[in-house]
Amino acid sequence: MTDEYIKREYDPILPKKDEWPVVKLSKSRKEFVQQVAKASKDRIVKITGDSVEILKEELETTLYREKLRMKQNPWVVDPDDEADFWKKVKSALVHLSAENNASESQQKAKYQEILERITDRYADEIAGNFKHSHYKLTRGIVTTGFSRLLNAARVKGIRSFFSKQYTLQDKIQIIGETDQLRDLASQGTIVMVPTHFSNLDSILIGWTISTLGLPPFIYGAGLNLFNIQIFAYFMNALGAYKVDRRKKNLPYLETLKTYSSEAIQFGCHSLFFPGGTRSRSGIIESRLKLGLLSTAIEAQRANYQKGIEGISGKIFIVPVTINYHFVLEAPGLIKDYLSLTGQERYYKESDEFSTSYKISKFLFKFFTKGSDISVSIGKAMDIMGNYVDEAGHSLDKYGRVIDCREYFLTNGVVTENHQREEEYTNKLGRRIVEEFHRINRVFSSHLVAFTAFQMIKKEHKKLDLFNLLRLPEEDIAIPYEDFKSTCQMVLDRIKELKAEGKVHMAPHLNQDMDTIIAHGLDNVGMYHAKRPLIRNADGAVITEDMSLLYYYHNRLDGYDLEKLFI
Amino acid sequence: MTSKNSSSDKPVGVIGVGSFGTVIANMLAEKNKVIVYARKKEVVDEINKQHTAEGRPLSKNIQATNDPEYICERCEVLFPVISSSGFREVMRNFSPFLHPYHILIHGTKGLVLYLPEGKSIADVKQIRRSQICTMSEVILNETVVVRVGCMAGPNLAKELSEKQPAATVIASKYNEVILEGQRLLRSDKFQVYGNSDIIGVELSGVLKNIIAIAAGALAGMGLGENAKGLLISRGMVEIVYLGNALGGSVKSFIGLAGIGDMVATCNSTHSRNYTVGYRLAQGQSLEQILTEMDEVAEGINTIRLIKTFLEGTGMRAPITENLYKVLYEDLKIEEALQYLMKYPFNVDVDFL
Repeated sequence: MTDEYIKREYDPILPKKDEWPVVKLSKSRKEFVQQVAKASKDRIVKITGDSVEILKEELETTLYREKLRMKQNPWVVDPDDEADFWKKVKSALVHLSAENNASESQQKAKYQEILERITDRYADEIAGNFKHSHYKLTRGIVTTGFSRLLNAARVKGIRSFFSKQYTLQDKIQIIGETDQLRDLASQGTIVMVPTHFSNLDSILIGWTISTLGLPPFIYGAGLNLFNIQIFAYFMNALGAYKVDRRKKNLPYLETLKTYSSEAIQFGCHSLFFPGGTRSRSGIIESRLKLGLLSTAIEAQRANYQKGIEGISGKIFIVPVTINYHFVLEAPGLIKDYLSLTGQERYYKESDEFSTSYKISKFLFKFFTKGSDISVSIGKAMDIMGNYVDEAGHSLDKYGRVIDCREYFLTNGVVTENHQREEEYTNKLGRRIVEEFHRINRVFSSHLVAFTAFQMIKKEHKKLDLFNLLRLPEEDIAIPYEDFKSTCQMVLDRIKELKAEGKVHMAPHLNQDMDTIIAHGLDNVGMYHAKRPLIRNADGAVITEDMSLLYYYHNRLDGYDLEKLFI
Repeated sequence: MTSKNSSSDKPVGVIGVGSFGTVIANMLAEKNKVIVYARKKEVVDEINKQHTAEGRPLSKNIQATNDPEYICERCEVLFPVISSSGFREVMRNFSPFLHPYHILIHGTKGLVLYLPEGKSIADVKQIRRSQICTMSEVILNETVVVRVGCMAGPNLAKELSEKQPAATVIASKYNEVILEGQRLLRSDKFQVYGNSDIIGVELSGVLKNIIAIAAGALAGMGLGENAKGLLISRGMVEIVYLGNALGGSVKSFIGLAGIGDMVATCNSTHSRNYTVGYRLAQGQSLEQILTEMDEVAEGINTIRLIKTFLEGTGMRAPITENLYKVLYEDLKIEEALQYLMKYPFNVDVDFL
């Protein structure tokens, strides 16, 4: 992977939209939803060990939790007939348990019928509403609209608004294994796994996918995003299916997984944010949510079971990192992170992305002012984390071609073994984290934030994190010369890591240190009301917000760079 | 999952025919066809013609080969039972012939240190956990095999070959590996337990060697059972702390592969580690002892490795540290014991 970005036109790999898997899927939406509902039901019956008692209990728990959710946490997007539906489920359950004379097999059939009603509803709720016309329009708005703004800002003169000198590809730089991704996407099925720092990511990735000439990917987007109209429109246009994080009951989770797995088997390229939610701390995801990831492995095994052995049935995992100087939601995220102390709970969506107006304002700022973004596409891997060659063959670390199907064999036959696949999912998760760190691209802003925070931390060795963050900002000032030499030390180590292939660097880090620092300070968290780092009148480096500084510093966590400060 | 009766058609492989390898091969041969791998041509011939491996008798239905490709082609389940010093090299030689469907269950108790090319442990001041590999980690590093297990427990080769009752632990993250190991090894005389904490079980087997050397030393000084009881209990604490730091779970260390194996090894005058300790106490130097032993005592390497790992972690492991001084820094064994007796332990058990 080179550090330079390539600006070029990519032809669509499938020119006719009717060939797009996502279009095919939306055409047969009804059948597909039914297929998912049926498969989910079977799956849940299997999980409950085909026992009426356990199934009954699961259904009752689900009902209870759904009622609680509707009462305590209603959202705008919730359908109106929801209360009605669950009322009916309730009466069916009550009815059934009162019925004593039914035989066990009759009872079983009835409970399973209720279950299928639920999975059917969930599957329909989850399924996306991809519309090609919306997709085209969205793509149009994003590319032309934004590049007009961009040119207006960068090219001087009256005609600037119509200039074509800059395109979005200058603003959002795509680097990495773009050709391999295009090659493999035209033959097999791609599961893209990006890091997740901002709500903007979904749109960015959507734009990247379309710029690279790939057909749209389907992906699970938090249902909360559909509360905001502008996002709902984009999401539907981009092939999103809905993930409702409020629903943690077994039928829902299994239906969700089944949906994802069946869609991958259908040949739909998919996108998961494996971190689950946005990284609250600003640290590159190190613990992944493995639920959806496991569906990629399941789908691969299912394809082998169906006898699809060539590349057409192969699933490729492509890690992607999105690198920012500035994350709009940073203040809210880091606050969450610090107050949650690592425990996941329901949180209020009250950050900067809460209204369409705020987002539009941000987008305008983003395109008219500085602050570039880069998207790094990693090497494709098979579902075990082995790299693949241009023909999609899995390779071992010595470059020998290996058959991915053999990971699922017992005595020469492909077998379904959930415990094994769980371990495979863990393993894949670890590989993805490794790749994230490898393809991550260091920016000047990451360098200055990391260095400044570590210098402050070293100065106050005895304080723990929380006390450190509570230091009065006016007491902190780092003399410029010290700061410069320390930045150089950190950068030298980053260059070493880069030489070992452990990280990437933006080309602007090859300038002289004064320029890098100036660039970094200008860009780090540039639109926040309180800036994480600036220089004061004496030229010393100061911070206006320690928590934000900590957030941006975290981007370089996981490289053992902090050991330079011991 | 279908479990076809593969035992009749697919033979089981054993890599290495040292004393433990021979015993395992014989045990497996009771129910299965077995192919063993030996590096030396003359050993292979000896097995195929006389059914002995360097004098140790082998079952008649065991076939030997020195061709890694052949044994990998024929067998889906392989038991590598080789010394830790040669483990990495053997795995590298086998790597081109191993496939993702293979199951490897090893019986080697040791650690391998991954250092940059051309460096030895004498050159480095500190080592990170990622540079220390248990045998299962070596297999994962060097080959495409993922379904890896290990076998550990009080399994003294001599007693097993006499068919005395015994038990072992098969540890793996994969249930199917544990089940396969049980299916292949279990008999009226041999009980097989399962454990999912493979790192913990491997470390139990590795770290107990340190305590075994200490046990030998106590015996060599003519001390009795009180001292041994003290050692085993304090040794346990040390193993739990070291093992935790290296990624094992406490539960495994107090299981069969942990305390079970430690009690057996600390009482066995035949064990190599015990012998090293015994001779040290008799006043022999490490060099002398090493030249007179034909098979390696894993504990010696382990002590050195763990001592280096401890540097800079702020952790203390008094038994290991003092044995290191005795082995490499000419500390008298009596002085080491004195030091341990004065060491300010005050809590009996603080890890549960």
